[in-house]
Amino acid sequence: MENTGREKTLWTIALVLVLIFALIPVLWIISLSFKTPATITDQSFIPTEFSFENYESLFTGGISESPFIKPLINSLGIALITTFISIILASFAAYAIARLDFPGRSVMLAGALAIAMFPPISTVGPLFDMWRALGLYDTWPGLIIPYLTFSLPLAIYTLVAFFREIPWDLEKAAQVDGATPFQAFRKVIVPLAAPGMFTAAILVFIFAWNDFLFAISLTSSDASRTVPAALAFFTGDSTFTQPTGSIAAAAVIVTVPIIIFVLLFQRRIVAGLTSGAVKG
Amino acid sequence: MTDRARSERRLGWLLCAPAAVAMLAVTAYPIGYAFVLSLQRVDLRFPEEGGFVGFDNYSAVLSSELWWTDLFNTIFLSVISVSIELCLGMAIALVMHRAIFGRGVVRTSVLIPYGIVTVVAAFSWQFAFAPDTGFVNQLPLIADDKDWFGERFSAFSVIIMAEVWKTTPFMALLLLAGLTTIDDGLYSAAKVDGASAWQRFTRITLPLMKPAILVALLFRTLDAFRIFDTIFIMTGGAQDTQSVSILGYQQLISRLNLGLGSAVSVLIFLCVLVIAVIFVKGLGARQPESGRA
Repeated sequence: MENTGREKTLWTIALVLVLIFALIPVLWIISLSFKTPATITDQSFIPTEFSFENYESLFTGGISESPFIKPLINSLGIALITTFISIILASFAAYAIARLDFPGRSVMLAGALAIAMFPPISTVGPLFDMWRALGLYDTWPGLIIPYLTFSLPLAIYTLVAFFREIPWDLEKAAQVDGATPFQAFRKVIVPLAAPGMFTAAILVFIFAWNDFLFAISLTSSDASRTVPAALAFFTGDSTFTQPTGSIAAAAVIVTVPIIIFVLLFQRRIVAGLTSGAVKG
Repeated sequence: MTDRARSERRLGWLLCAPAAVAMLAVTAYPIGYAFVLSLQRVDLRFPEEGGFVGFDNYSAVLSSELWWTDLFNTIFLSVISVSIELCLGMAIALVMHRAIFGRGVVRTSVLIPYGIVTVVAAFSWQFAFAPDTGFVNQLPLIADDKDWFGERFSAFSVIIMAEVWKTTPFMALLLLAGLTTIDDGLYSAAKVDGASAWQRFTRITLPLMKPAILVALLFRTLDAFRIFDTIFIMTGGAQDTQSVSILGYQQLISRLNLGLGSAVSVLIFLCVLVIAVIFVKGLGARQPESGRA
């Protein structure tokens, strides 16, 4: 590749354009979140007056009054529990698929692929009906169960790809060297498998954190409503004020930590997102 | 040895069972239940009026103008946004692959949309285009009072933009993974033979990437077909911008008409099945053609 000055300039322009396009909605929502109620409709990209009013209003009144604290706890709790269970179940399945020879291996992979393509809206009605009968409607498990289902394919494909790369012979080598099977597993295999499981955990967490369809269909109150669903029901302080500022502030709170996290672990996430597609 | 094989087989099934059960419990059983519901009159507002009605719900859905409008909207949005994503994603993948410098910058910026909650992105774009709060109407060449969400196709253009912004990264990453499998020697050889950059792209890159492109298209098309969050936040389905998923949601959850809603659910499931079969057929037919294992 020749590396002329002109090429370098074009390259830089392209990079800057991509970066700006990616960042605009983020910068915009951050900007909105710092605007005062008086300037929120000033249509300027950069706030003319900074204030933390929108953030304060989200947390005023404590857990019982605030429209945001309970949904935030729900979002965190539901996403973390989903991630935990999903990774355990997917690790079992992925270990079996990557390591063991048994009929039904390809059925399992094909099945997971089919679930990945399944339209969630098709299960919303039956789940709504079943959950009301079973008392799961508007509860944490009522959301965790469907999230588990729809995150498992992602977790299984990611983990299978990672587990296939692990040099499993090391386990035997450690045992030859005098380690007990458990030591061999804990000191050799676990450290090798941990990065893959961590990657899969990030992907599952983001999936559960992001969901909106189940969150608004299977909940009816702050008992289990997650942030994306709560945002859709935000109201202004009075009938005549728009909740724009509070939505923006809440959006920033649920977005910025995830972005930082994603950027910190970007190599792993890229590997995880593409692993299934390349091998599959 | 057979004993060992048998125990390995049992262990394999045992380890897969929990995941398999968790996946089937919320897909296979509900879709079966949806089919049962769709054959009945089930309206939670009138619980006493139940009963088997055969395919009446289906004929009601299929003869309503709303279903066909929404199906058109969904297909229209899917085709347009996936096409844009494919072109843009390919460009970004090529940039990342050939990057002289700044590969990290592109990867970073590409992952930002991936990390953002779809609902948040939808709100951000909506506020950006809204005539009262948005900065977009302040930009040159755009009328100051343009009401983007007041008309069907301008609303569509904002919806498509938000979708493209959110999901192009995934497309780009999948395509990049496909790109890296192509042997660089092919390009040098073609260059020696005097092939232009465009010829190298159309004669080498595209044919060799056909499987990767089809896989990426399959995933994104099915994903686009389920579009719900962005439309729900931006227009709520007003100005004839509903998708089939919004229609299903409204019948099921807003109107509590489980019979009609389930018929819509089953029809959406069948659409997805048809799309998947078409793509898988395409994949199967094309793989031997590319001649690579």
